[in-house]
Amino acid sequence: MKCRELAEFLMDYVGNELPGPVRAEFEQHLTKCHNCHEYLVEYEGTIRAGKIACTSPDADVPADVPEDLVRAIMAALRK
Amino acid sequence: MGGATPVDEEAAMLDRLRAGDETAFEEVVRAYSGRLLSVTRRILGSDEDARDAVQDAFLNAFRSLKKFEGHAKLSTWLHRIAVNASLMKLRTRRRKPEQSIETLLPSFLDDGHHSEQFASWTEPVDRAMERAETRAIVRRLIDQLPESYRTVLVLRDIEGLDTEETAHMLGLTPNAAKIRLHRARLALRSLLAPHLSRGAV
Repeated sequence: MKCRELAEFLMDYVGNELPGPVRAEFEQHLTKCHNCHEYLVEYEGTIRAGKIACTSPDADVPADVPEDLVRAIMAALRK
Repeated sequence: MGGATPVDEEAAMLDRLRAGDETAFEEVVRAYSGRLLSVTRRILGSDEDARDAVQDAFLNAFRSLKKFEGHAKLSTWLHRIAVNASLMKLRTRRRKPEQSIETLLPSFLDDGHHSEQFASWTEPVDRAMERAETRAIVRRLIDQLPESYRTVLVLRDIEGLDTEETAHMLGLTPNAAKIRLHRARLALRSLLAPHLSRGAV
């Protein structure tokens, strides 16, 4: 397996969807290729970083809900 | 004995909503608008559309209170409706031409090796993400992804929908949704690396 193929299989690997023999080849490549190992770590780290960044309480932007939005919603509700 | 639990409070709030109590509607709008805005903005990438989607979400939610059986939490239910309202908006608005993400995808030499040598990230991602500043950077980078990639990434990796659901909601084949998610992650990795690698400021 070449680095190029390994990059294509990353998603299936982290999703546990690689068929056994391909998985074995994938892991075999990782033991020999530090660069691909690093790439895998960063691929997984990226998924995790996105999840943490967007689900942390500070992702809920405005502490003050725009007053005009509240009014617009209440007005629309009364219709 | 102890006071009302959050579950009791939520049940009481639902009773008031179902009875058409207008102050109850307003309390819910004030309590949840902030977090729903962040969800709709992340999907739509525009403040104005995000506000429209939040408004649509509340109207849909309040009109379908009968369907809400109270198995889920009110916040979870509203969140889901806000995601749906965003996707509806996404489908109806005009698509803007998108920037290519090719330059953010890995490149390879003729022999199949990566053409780039990856510098290790300086610390485990969980530790880096303890800093509010880094979390804000990551959110900003996600917002920079072209829409068709950002939406798939948000639905799959942040909202936790599965491939089938995501594909259905975006009108894609499951295979197309998978390819797009993979490319979105690769692109986000490229954007993120300079901020997390050795030598990053």
